[in-house]
Amino acid sequence: MNVETITIIFLAFIVIGSLIAIETPNLLSAVVCLGVVDIGFTILFLLLKAPDIAITQMVVEVVCLIILIRATVNRDKSADTGERKLFGLMTTGAIIIILFMFIMNVVPLFGEFGNPIFTRVENAPSQTYLSKCLEDTGAANAVSAVILDYRGYDTLGEATILFASVIGAIALLRKKPRKKINEPDESDSLSVVKDE
Amino acid sequence: MIYGLCILLFLIGLYAVVTKHNLIKIVIGFIIMENAINLFLIMLGYRMGGKAPIIWQDAAGKADIAAFANSAVDPLPQALVLTSIVISLGVTALMVAICLRVYQRYGTFDISKIRRLKG
Repeated sequence: MNVETITIIFLAFIVIGSLIAIETPNLLSAVVCLGVVDIGFTILFLLLKAPDIAITQMVVEVVCLIILIRATVNRDKSADTGERKLFGLMTTGAIIIILFMFIMNVVPLFGEFGNPIFTRVENAPSQTYLSKCLEDTGAANAVSAVILDYRGYDTLGEATILFASVIGAIALLRKKPRKKINEPDESDSLSVVKDE
Repeated sequence: MIYGLCILLFLIGLYAVVTKHNLIKIVIGFIIMENAINLFLIMLGYRMGGKAPIIWQDAAGKADIAAFANSAVDPLPQALVLTSIVISLGVTALMVAICLRVYQRYGTFDISKIRRLKG
């Protein structure tokens, strides 16, 4: 079997898994199904020769699963809520089918699977990265050469976004509410002592 | 065909985000959408019969750069998808934190019962 067949089989598996994850009435089962779907993605990344992504996806997926299970366990697990009206569902379905047809008309512009654009374009950036990465950066892994050297600012931005979202999550989840303005602050007295 | 399944996956996630009433289901839809887009980008860079973009040495201990550049898959989408995966973790954590706060205040994950958010 070639890569394309295996990829299609795994993608079909993922599609079925995600449909179950979305439609199952129990929230905890939905989260577990999402874990199965993410494992499928990890295997696909490995098949498509992206080992760095597969490793990262595995770690991120486990952390996501832990966060989601923490959110759902011991809570109202039933997702069995009144669905939208039939008319609304049909409208959504129609819009999604139209979107699908529209995107499928655009997709052939990207070319065949297995024949990426950078092989056909003269002096494509990816070609430069591949042929120059050892000489320029000394890194044997072209992906790490790109993220840490050629596009280091991108990684800096990524770290900034991660930091901002973690600060947001901590601010939302902290137990103690914020102090009132005229309430005495214990850290103030400490600083006074330090000044003296 | 292979891109079509990927786009189908994205639209399944979109369907969940648009029609589901449960906040956790909406988060699950988001995660599926993110993964589908990442997979699509990786697929765009795949070269048939390609190797992972890591320079290997032959038996003599020498690295053949020209052969490497002609047989490795595209490293650029992989690097950017790596960034995107880490960001999606942060975004998911933030979304779940908001969901937990909503649950704490209203006692439900059902968005149709959260009336006081209106207006």
